[in-house]
Amino acid sequence: MTVSTRLTAATFGLAAALAGTSAFAAEVTGAGSSFVYPLMSKWSADYNAATGNKINYQSIGSSGGIAQIKASTVDFGASDKPMEPAELTEAGLIQFPVTIGGVVPVINVEGIEPGRLKLTGTLLADIFLGKVTRWNDAAITGINEGVSLPDTKITIVHRSDGSGSTFNFTDYLSKVSPAWKTEVGSGTSVKWPDGLGGKGNEGVAAYVKQVKNSIGYVELSYALQSKMSFTRLQNAAGTFVTPSAETFAAAAASADWASTSDFSLIITNAPGQEAWPISATVFAMMRAEPKDAERAKAAREFFAWGYADGKQQAAALDYVPLPDSLVEQIKAYWAARVK
Amino acid sequence: MTSIAVTHTRLVTQARRDASADRKFRTLVVLAAFIVLVSLIGVAFSMLWGGREVLSEQGLGFFFSTEWNPVENRYGALVPIFGTLVTSVIALMIAVPVSFGIAVYLTEVAPVWLRTPVGSAIELLAGIPSIIYGMWGLFVLVPMMTAYVTPWLNDHLGALPFIGELFQGPPIGIGLLTAGFVLSIMVIPFISSVMREVFLTVPVRLKESAYALGATRWEVVWNIVLPYTRSAVIGGVFLGLGRALGETMAVAYVVGNTVRFSASLLEPGTTIAALIANDFAEATDSYRSALLLLGFVLFVVTFFILAIARLMLLRLSRREGVR
Repeated sequence: MTVSTRLTAATFGLAAALAGTSAFAAEVTGAGSSFVYPLMSKWSADYNAATGNKINYQSIGSSGGIAQIKASTVDFGASDKPMEPAELTEAGLIQFPVTIGGVVPVINVEGIEPGRLKLTGTLLADIFLGKVTRWNDAAITGINEGVSLPDTKITIVHRSDGSGSTFNFTDYLSKVSPAWKTEVGSGTSVKWPDGLGGKGNEGVAAYVKQVKNSIGYVELSYALQSKMSFTRLQNAAGTFVTPSAETFAAAAASADWASTSDFSLIITNAPGQEAWPISATVFAMMRAEPKDAERAKAAREFFAWGYADGKQQAAALDYVPLPDSLVEQIKAYWAARVK
Repeated sequence: MTSIAVTHTRLVTQARRDASADRKFRTLVVLAAFIVLVSLIGVAFSMLWGGREVLSEQGLGFFFSTEWNPVENRYGALVPIFGTLVTSVIALMIAVPVSFGIAVYLTEVAPVWLRTPVGSAIELLAGIPSIIYGMWGLFVLVPMMTAYVTPWLNDHLGALPFIGELFQGPPIGIGLLTAGFVLSIMVIPFISSVMREVFLTVPVRLKESAYALGATRWEVVWNIVLPYTRSAVIGGVFLGLGRALGETMAVAYVVGNTVRFSASLLEPGTTIAALIANDFAEATDSYRSALLLLGFVLFVVTFFILAIARLMLLRLSRREGVR
């Protein structure tokens, strides 16, 4: 393609966009999870450059995404929380994973560098329940020999807005702590027993950085970008693991996807030896019998491209590409379920 | 004769045309006025309608419960209502005296060449987007609260009987008091510019007479200027209060966003507007319903406060009439 033809194409594209018609190219629309938004915008830009097809993704929140695909106003929805197979069948939807990320506890305690402090799941739950209130509590110092912890109160920071991070975090705590399960439970917003709330990952990150001796939880990329001190966590196999793309991938690989229906699986507290315990999957939802089969097909082609050619972009943004075995299962699922 | 008759008919048609134009104009302006009224009622009703699910599940208990539990779908409006009122009251307690000082300085004390630039600078404050105030609060005010203000309050006011409990809390710098501080700075330009405008309307004759009788500047302001402008000043204060009640983003940054009741002003809390802004995007079904109902509550609270302001003004003017 020469420069001039490309320019002409661009002008035509612009004209079409201005005229408000999408008659030329099928523009696929999606909406939902804000967690996956950076990856979606990177993928759609690169996909557009590679194939000329347009993907328009709106970051409106997971539950918004589910509502939109139920109402068929978009071609796909994206959510940090899987839907139940029964709910999917009732709404006439299909569901598959898009990418994997993870939530990490972050702390602001002077002199403790990233990855130094070790915590167990029950201990994390007790801290967020307000039962372990000081940094030098025997429960914390007992598993952290050689780390000098101050005799100060722990300030808890949580998400104030409803979010998939909160869902995965509280789901994990409910799995490892019976007390958490009965007193708080899991959800995108919960009744926090203690602490203060920040809006969004950036809000929690800002609070943890501002308030000394605090603990919060954010997605890994935020912890890395703002150079916060994250902790190690003991996983279901008993190993203390550091949050990273490798341990997230280990969690995804150890999860038993094959025996699920509609991939409806939450991979927190995954059994793998090296698995990060608060790993999270982002799911896409599409209609089983789409109104516009062309656009639905274009959307599936986009995801297939992302699984195969979008791995590097995903890794650069601290998402974990899906393992190849899982991608094969997704393609088989499409072939079987889409009419 | 004929020319008179022609003029006459022309005048009649002219008058008729004018009358119909008048009627059309009247319909237009009535419509314009009613659009406001209809949309006001429409907004209130649609929020109440959106909240019907929670209202039917929990009844009036919604307004008196302090619990906010999205997992078990139990919601209560008392904590956010409390936070909204407390932060607004703190804001007014600081903003009203400061605004009064600004207005007196700019109308009575400051040299004439200084009045316009300082006045414009204060009005510029009103134009700053609220998110800027929020960020300033979080990154500048919160560390100052943590380092100086909170420990001082704990040591000096925390031990006092009755009000001591208000000032006991952890030095995290995020909470109702900080939100009140940020709000006070946000409403100062509104209140002070109203005060300045109305102070300027006081007839020079009155003030000069008082000065001639030997009154000090303070006596003139307190006994002449303020009584003369009382109702407008109260109006200005309530304008500020209305803004403080509904402020969202700046509060969400520094209030701590925690739906938990606490007697201390240093603990994190939440306001109605901040809670809605935080949770609306991910709220579904009955949670969304609860937030819409909360919006209706804010509507009612604001309405009541403005109604009280009206009543106060009415009683004031009546008393003045008697005198």
